Amino acid sequence: MSHDDVAKWDLTIFPDGRGLPPGHGTAKEGRQIYERQCASCHGDEGQGATAEELVGEPTPPSVDIPSKAIGSYWPFATTIFDFIRRSMPPAAPGSLSADQIYAVTAYLLAANKIIGDSDEINAQTLPKIRMPNRDGFIPIDVKK
Amino acid sequence: MAGSLSDDDLTPVAGGGLLHRRLLLKRGLVLAVATGAAPSVSRAEDTKVGATADPANPPWLHKTGLPFTGYGTPSKYEKYVVRNIGGNRAPAGDGVSWTPLEDLEGIITPSGLHFERHHDGVPEIDPALHRLVIHGLVRQPLMFTVENLLRYPMRSQFLFIECGGNSNAGWHEEPIQRPLGAFHGLVSCSEWTGVPLSILLDQAGADPKASWVIAEGADAGLMNVSLPLSKLMDDAMIALYQNGERLRPENGYPMRLVVPGWEGVLNVKWLRRLQLATEPAMTRNETAKYTELLPSGKARMFTFVMDAKSVITSPSPGQKMHGPEIYEIRGIAWSGRGRIAKVEVSADGGASWAEAHLQEPVMSRCFTRFRMPWKWDGKAAVLKSRATDETGYVQPERDVLVKERGREGYFHYNAIVCWAIDEDGSIRHVYA
Repeated sequence: MSHDDVAKWDLTIFPDGRGLPPGHGTAKEGRQIYERQCASCHGDEGQGATAEELVGEPTPPSVDIPSKAIGSYWPFATTIFDFIRRSMPPAAPGSLSADQIYAVTAYLLAANKIIGDSDEINAQTLPKIRMPNRDGFIPIDVKK
Repeated sequence: MAGSLSDDDLTPVAGGGLLHRRLLLKRGLVLAVATGAAPSVSRAEDTKVGATADPANPPWLHKTGLPFTGYGTPSKYEKYVVRNIGGNRAPAGDGVSWTPLEDLEGIITPSGLHFERHHDGVPEIDPALHRLVIHGLVRQPLMFTVENLLRYPMRSQFLFIECGGNSNAGWHEEPIQRPLGAFHGLVSCSEWTGVPLSILLDQAGADPKASWVIAEGADAGLMNVSLPLSKLMDDAMIALYQNGERLRPENGYPMRLVVPGWEGVLNVKWLRRLQLATEPAMTRNETAKYTELLPSGKARMFTFVMDAKSVITSPSPGQKMHGPEIYEIRGIAWSGRGRIAKVEVSADGGASWAEAHLQEPVMSRCFTRFRMPWKWDGKAAVLKSRATDETGYVQPERDVLVKERGREGYFHYNAIVCWAIDEDGSIRHVYA
């Protein structure tokens, strides 16, 4: 396979931002997309409904508040973009543009109080975001 | 060992009336078996129709039977042995169906009853349009069609696959009351046949810097996870056949990754891409999901190996005992670390244990069927089974597991399972 052939297949996004496409968006733009495409399953405020909660406090989980919302649990912000791009919305995955995905990602980060409403999310800014639970995981079956 | 039954054979070897496993080898032994307790209305009607004929002279002796079929299906009288479909039904493609373990015997799960966990439905893949791409940190990126892969040397292996979320109701405060399969049935066992992945990785030429592989499926969610390259080189395969026939769509047709003994989600169905890399991609399904929050607030991550587990399939909840008799306790055990070394059974809630008979073959990372004779005296009893694998790992009691892991981890519940037998012959799930 040639380099160009491979590029058509490669959809991986790494935590350091490798694989992120060009584009950008803000929470303000993302709010509308969220309401139209996501809220029916994840709740108006991301509190969860038939699908899981997305919005919580930007603090790591505890026994008393075992939240697995993005702000509380997810260790990398790149994962949000990657998962939306490959899987969401479930009835039509692949239907959102890169700008739309950046905007929804920004909306979810802002709703979790990790960025501001006007902060632009793009291939450079997204991997720089340090998630509150970044150090919350213990690898078990990985040889050092 | 064989021989006729003697009174000595009926001397208990442990509390609650457990008998020596050698009893199962004796001639003249007839065992009672717990059976389905509450036939549905429709099931009772089926029975009524059959019961009107004389068994010595049933109607099918006197007319030509059904025609030949291109692909056989179970008897219509077995139509109730089906996967139990549950989980999140909105959206429709995200959920599970459980294997009815209580209705099955031996160690192989029929392909049509293999459990399902899909994140966005079952894709209808035309094999002519399917490709497997191996790329990333390799000397030469490669693309394979199904036809290409069928020309490679193959290997067959009997292996269980278990969802990381199997048995998760065990974390609940109260013991869930459901048939065994709808509690522990996100595990199934098949003969998988395919191409050892090391052959393909060698052909692509892994860069010495590569230590991870990101595997991606061709479902509507492009489900992806990261795996250590060492495991894939060691014993993974690209499976093309399940139980002798090509994979079923719901099990990854036309090809799936099989990683022996490792968590179900890593056995990526509809496999279309393997990317070699220096680090994991930190996908949603290895960070937000398939990780286990501990009491400390930290979470276990990359919990790949499925630890040893066993369950008693008969008697089990939903079945009914038929009075004081000699029963055969039947069950399955498995371990992601290797062979099952022994299974012990208790009939007195864990106060005493005796070793069950392990039915051959006993294979690594495969279901092992165990059997144990038990003289039930008709009094209340608590049955448990405890698996030990060849590494010496022992299936833990529930209180030990909960103390270590808390109750918010959701995945990887493998504690000892307890069934309470009541005096009326009914069977309940209990924590004991």
